[in-house]
Amino acid sequence: MNHDDAREPVFDRAQRMALLVGIAALAATAVGAFLDSGQFFRSYLIAYLFWLGLALGSLGILMLHNLAGGRWGVLIRRFLESAARTLPLMAALVIPILLGIPSLYEWSHQDVVAHDPVLLHKQGYLNVPFFVARTVFYFALWMVLLLLLRRRSPEDLPASSSRAVAGPGLILFVFSVTFASVDWIMSLEPHWFSTIYGAILVVGQTLQTFAFCVALLVILSRYRPFAGILQPGHFHDLGNLLLAFTVLWAYTSFSQFLIIWSGNIPEETPWYIRRSNGGWQFVSVALVTFHFFVPFAILLSRYVKRRGRLLARVAVAIIVVRFIDLYWWVEPSYHQSFGLHWMHLVALLGVGGVWLFFFLWQLRRGPLLYTEDPRLIPAHPHGVH
Amino acid sequence: MNHENGNEPAVYGLLAEFDTPDQLLAATRAAYDAGFRKIDAYSPLPVHGLAEAVGFHKTRVSLVVLIGALCGAAFGYGLQYFMVALSYVHNVGGRPIHSWPSFIPVTFETSVLFASIFAVVGMLAMNGLPKPYNALFNAPRFGLASDDRFFLCIESRDPKFELDGTREFLESLNAYEVTVVHD
Repeated sequence: MNHDDAREPVFDRAQRMALLVGIAALAATAVGAFLDSGQFFRSYLIAYLFWLGLALGSLGILMLHNLAGGRWGVLIRRFLESAARTLPLMAALVIPILLGIPSLYEWSHQDVVAHDPVLLHKQGYLNVPFFVARTVFYFALWMVLLLLLRRRSPEDLPASSSRAVAGPGLILFVFSVTFASVDWIMSLEPHWFSTIYGAILVVGQTLQTFAFCVALLVILSRYRPFAGILQPGHFHDLGNLLLAFTVLWAYTSFSQFLIIWSGNIPEETPWYIRRSNGGWQFVSVALVTFHFFVPFAILLSRYVKRRGRLLARVAVAIIVVRFIDLYWWVEPSYHQSFGLHWMHLVALLGVGGVWLFFFLWQLRRGPLLYTEDPRLIPAHPHGVH
Repeated sequence: MNHENGNEPAVYGLLAEFDTPDQLLAATRAAYDAGFRKIDAYSPLPVHGLAEAVGFHKTRVSLVVLIGALCGAAFGYGLQYFMVALSYVHNVGGRPIHSWPSFIPVTFETSVLFASIFAVVGMLAMNGLPKPYNALFNAPRFGLASDDRFFLCIESRDPKFELDGTREFLESLNAYEVTVVHD
């Protein structure tokens, strides 16, 4: 119990800090909204997508773990559940984006659409009422999935919690996130389209969530119930998952690039032309380097993967490049040349602080680990497998 | 085994038989602690910790795989570059002659191909396989190593090996039976 006593004040402090920073930064963001409303909505959109990525990534990994099982998931299961349960909060936080439709989305302006045959053609899908209805529908669907995935009673082991939901749920999940990515991000440049776009986002969110869980696991490894349970093999599993999703991100991202590069048609290439001019090319090269080559090379090492502290550093770096990737998706739609704005940072901290507060609150409502799960520890640590 | 000069064949090692994996593991650790290095354990099922007990820490297969992947990447990319940019220069759809994005998929595939070939061949080579003759099978009961018995072998090339002393040592480890294996 001593360790628990040491743990609780740390949690209290972290939660208080998160809330304070979140509210202060949101207040600063609100001030920014009056100074430059266009920049506010864009900064908010990026920050929102970043934190939503953890909630959605967790929902997806939960269903994946229900289907596939495995020791890695038992270890981070409570993190995933708590992060997924922030979806109601994220549903409320989507409201500023809906209010910002006229500022964010070119297709919402009737006068622009009227003179643009392509947008006129897309108006059946890209119009404000349908956009709002779809957003409401996505959140309704995700929250229904979340409810169905809940443990029915405390005695339920995670394994028994509804495989029947997870299978079809995962299919619905990937489709709905794909549609959401088309609505919220791809339609920022409404002439452009890419069918693998949603898949890149799903993979990126999953990678980000695994990285978040690794970092959190290492932070909590000093406290019960993780102290004494965590073995190098646990980190090895999670490190391999980080490696796999790093490669998958590169695979999907490069597929999109290769297809558009090969096709070389004027409807598709502007997206990449924007991102290879005006300073954005350096961000592009940085993404290729630090979202793929560097973490890929480091994560090949068994030595790194078996040491939590080293792996956590890689995980934090991955979380940072995930933000840069989202920034690179959204911001060039508005600015020909690369630029940073203070509102990007405060919006990130604002949404993040509130999100972390909510996440920690959910995490503390239950045990940090389902220690009763038999898959947690090898049956015979020193005997027969 | 033709020993035409009638000499007693050379001793390959001493083979101790055990009933349970735990006994085998304990005996292996004891042998390693006693300073024996040319030892090997044989079990019909994976025993956790046994690999470490015989002093096996690290394989170099992963390094071989990495070298294979790099060779494959160089081969795949080089092949395409040679064909398209050097040997048969051809304008495809107005794209640059050295169109690196379209080289990547083939480069990736050849990396995977070479890596897996290097993995299989490297693993076999490092294990000394294929090995059509292994002296251990001269021990009559050794076939049970793939059934329900557990064996520990101390090989004669171990510097600390001496037929009688080592036999006594193995018998002191509660071996069910200790046999001399001839080459």
